[in-house]
Amino acid sequence: MPETGSLDGGMQAPVLIYDRINANKRQTWLMMFVFVAVLGGFATVVGLAVGLPWQAAPFVIAGLAAYAFISYYVSSSVALAVSSAREVTKEQEPEYYRIVENLCIGSGLPMPKVYVIEDGAPNAFATGRDPKHASVTVTRGLLDKLDKAELEGVIAHEMSHIGNYDIRIMTLTVVLVGLVALLADFFMRWTWFGSGHRKSNSDRGGNAQLILFAVAILFAILAPIAAQLIQLAISRRREYLADASGALLCRNPDALARALEKITADADPLEEANKATAHLYFANPLRDHKSAFNGLFNTHPPVEERIRLLRAM
Amino acid sequence: MNTLIVVGIIVAAVVVLGFILVGLYNSLVQGRLRVKEAYSGIDVQLKRRASLVPNLVETVKGYAAHEKEVLENVTRARAMLQQAGSPGQAAEANNMLTSTLRSLFAVAEAYPDLKANQNFLELQRELSDIEEKIAYARQFYNSNVLSYNTKTATFPSVIFAGMFGFKPEEFFEAEEEERQDIKVSFAPPPAAPPPAATT
Repeated sequence: MPETGSLDGGMQAPVLIYDRINANKRQTWLMMFVFVAVLGGFATVVGLAVGLPWQAAPFVIAGLAAYAFISYYVSSSVALAVSSAREVTKEQEPEYYRIVENLCIGSGLPMPKVYVIEDGAPNAFATGRDPKHASVTVTRGLLDKLDKAELEGVIAHEMSHIGNYDIRIMTLTVVLVGLVALLADFFMRWTWFGSGHRKSNSDRGGNAQLILFAVAILFAILAPIAAQLIQLAISRRREYLADASGALLCRNPDALARALEKITADADPLEEANKATAHLYFANPLRDHKSAFNGLFNTHPPVEERIRLLRAM
Repeated sequence: MNTLIVVGIIVAAVVVLGFILVGLYNSLVQGRLRVKEAYSGIDVQLKRRASLVPNLVETVKGYAAHEKEVLENVTRARAMLQQAGSPGQAAEANNMLTSTLRSLFAVAEAYPDLKANQNFLELQRELSDIEEKIAYARQFYNSNVLSYNTKTATFPSVIFAGMFGFKPEEFFEAEEEERQDIKVSFAPPPAAPPPAATT
């Protein structure tokens, strides 16, 4: 089955889906480029401030590019591993597996790998770099708490993410943005510890230390915001689109709306989710972010709005 | 000099037109290919379904041999399905098989021993799974047929469709009744193993 043939015919709006696929491929490249440019720039400034020769910069940038390149291939494994997802067979989860099979038949997509997270909070995500290297993951809570039609709706939403290559950029975000968060953390600590015993050095060292300190603070403030903004920019519209094409695929927008209601009403927090992976999920898994400020950085569109749109279909 | 420019423009126009025409032709070929591919998705499930029927008939015979008519109907519908040449015929035969199987499972309700038979239960599960898969395969097939048929009927590709014999393809129609039944079976959340009514 040729790859293109299995994609655009499947989702009911070929033109739209083709546009989405191309936009997602472009955005993935752009994101890798921005990642290397911004982090490379930062590293260079910091390097010069601490007195490293400028010749070190190309190596840092090459390293970052290599990291981005490798991430392209391994980020889905990383996302699955940090979520403690376990691959299941048809014998272990016949009903879940069959739903995925059916939706693949309905959308013309190849069969993805099928995973379960042993967690009571109902949620789901899809990951991978293209439909041929994709996987669908649901939590135990989702399998237990939803009926068959609702489960079908949620998985149809995830299949849409796979079909239009949302998974490529969403998965890459986990690893690239994850690194930014990690570095910001590291920088903060390193600067605090580092500043103590270097104070006794010469004035010049003290100056460099001051610059480094300023850069680190800037970095620590800017990086998480930038990271959040990336997640925000890439996932809100995606969720609406995946709801719409998921509803078309399972022919049951009402069941999808019911699933959203059930998932939102559920009080169980999802332990396996963190800031780097939150945007992958079907519904926002981080419940303790209710303040107005965090609302700005919410990766998911408001559930009420999603339900309202689905009910209107 | 002027003639050179005119000739150049004409050549360029012909080349551009050629590319457009080739593109139109290719999109028709591609559309037809996708319809074929999508149909093979239905066909796989129809074959699976047909291959399970003899086993089912044998199992039921062991408990309810005198329900001859129901069993014969199922067998006849299966034979029709295997002989079907076009998607339209296959759809008709498949709908027939669906309704005869439904009566078979309704009859089976009266035989507690049969209902407890492991083999029978397994076949019932398998058949209801296949029925769902056929529904999804049909959805995919019909959406491909729709987009291909639209191409064969609209300007400008309609010109090519006539010239090179791209005929509209048949839809794989579902019975009106079947659709309703599927809806009904979703209404009560199935807590128990799949009820016979789904098949």
